[in-house]
Amino acid sequence: MTTMNDTPLVIAGVEYQSRLLIGTGKYKDMEETRLALEASEAEIITVAVRRSNIGQNPDEPNLLEVVSPDKYTILPNTAGCYTVDDAVRTCRLARELLDGHDLVKLEVLGDEKTLFPDITATLEAAEVLVADGFKVMVYTNDDPLIAKRLEEIGCVAVMPLAAPIGSGLGIRNPYNILTIVENANVPIIVDAGVGTASDSAIAMELGCDGVLMNTAIAAAQKPVMMASAMKKAIEAGREAFLAGRMPRKRFASASSPIDGTFF
Amino acid sequence: MEIRVNGEQRQVDENCTAAALVDTMGLTGKRIAMEVNMEIVPRSTYHEFTFSPGDKIEIVHAVGGG
Repeated sequence: MTTMNDTPLVIAGVEYQSRLLIGTGKYKDMEETRLALEASEAEIITVAVRRSNIGQNPDEPNLLEVVSPDKYTILPNTAGCYTVDDAVRTCRLARELLDGHDLVKLEVLGDEKTLFPDITATLEAAEVLVADGFKVMVYTNDDPLIAKRLEEIGCVAVMPLAAPIGSGLGIRNPYNILTIVENANVPIIVDAGVGTASDSAIAMELGCDGVLMNTAIAAAQKPVMMASAMKKAIEAGREAFLAGRMPRKRFASASSPIDGTFF
Repeated sequence: MEIRVNGEQRQVDENCTAAALVDTMGLTGKRIAMEVNMEIVPRSTYHEFTFSPGDKIEIVHAVGGG
């Protein structure tokens, strides 16, 4: 990684060099998934947990053969869960699937149209999972009070949305994200809603610790190139945050000296 | 006896083990997880675990997702 003078991202005591976290959904095939992952240089990769159907093609490569748990930190999600029980069950199955690996991405959805989180169910599920020993990275809305509550429950990272999942609308409420970042004692990772590189850079310039995305890469015309673009945007945004931007001014300020003009 | 596997009814022998079911489904050695009646069955116990009539079994694996 090329970010200058930076400290690693630490989640649940593990250090990561990359601040880009990516999903594995919606790719054309396993090969495109693999190439996008490589180009992104991401270290934390989300997966979903679904039925192994009878009659499934047994020769089809298993995702975890392409995205090896030996190489990547696998982050199973609870996508598609609308209740506390379904989310908790999914996490327990994922922990068994991954030999006791207990880092999970909790999302409890409230509505099919927006895929906004059901916050009361999210809080309840987070409490159950933390008590059960899970290290919970939690998808939430951009409400600073709820973000703080989730941190207090013991979530290892809080992941507010930029905009609805898969919408690509970018950060709709940067001041709330900024407030969440300023209040936080755990990593804040923007999860969902970024559409292109500049959206990721803005998240990092606001001081976010990372960005998690799937559709922005997978639904790009050239996903592997977009994965590379996202990596650079996150590095650039992080460096800009660490560098500290200049103050905004309403009027101009000449860059060349006034003294010594000969005209 | 009849059990329900991933939402489908299935006939299996009495005392069918989890390992035997996994084998029938062509999933031996694959990275999967199983729950029976909402309780996790650890992979290390598949050879000893036997089903009872009416058991509801879910067998899952990792797929692409965000």
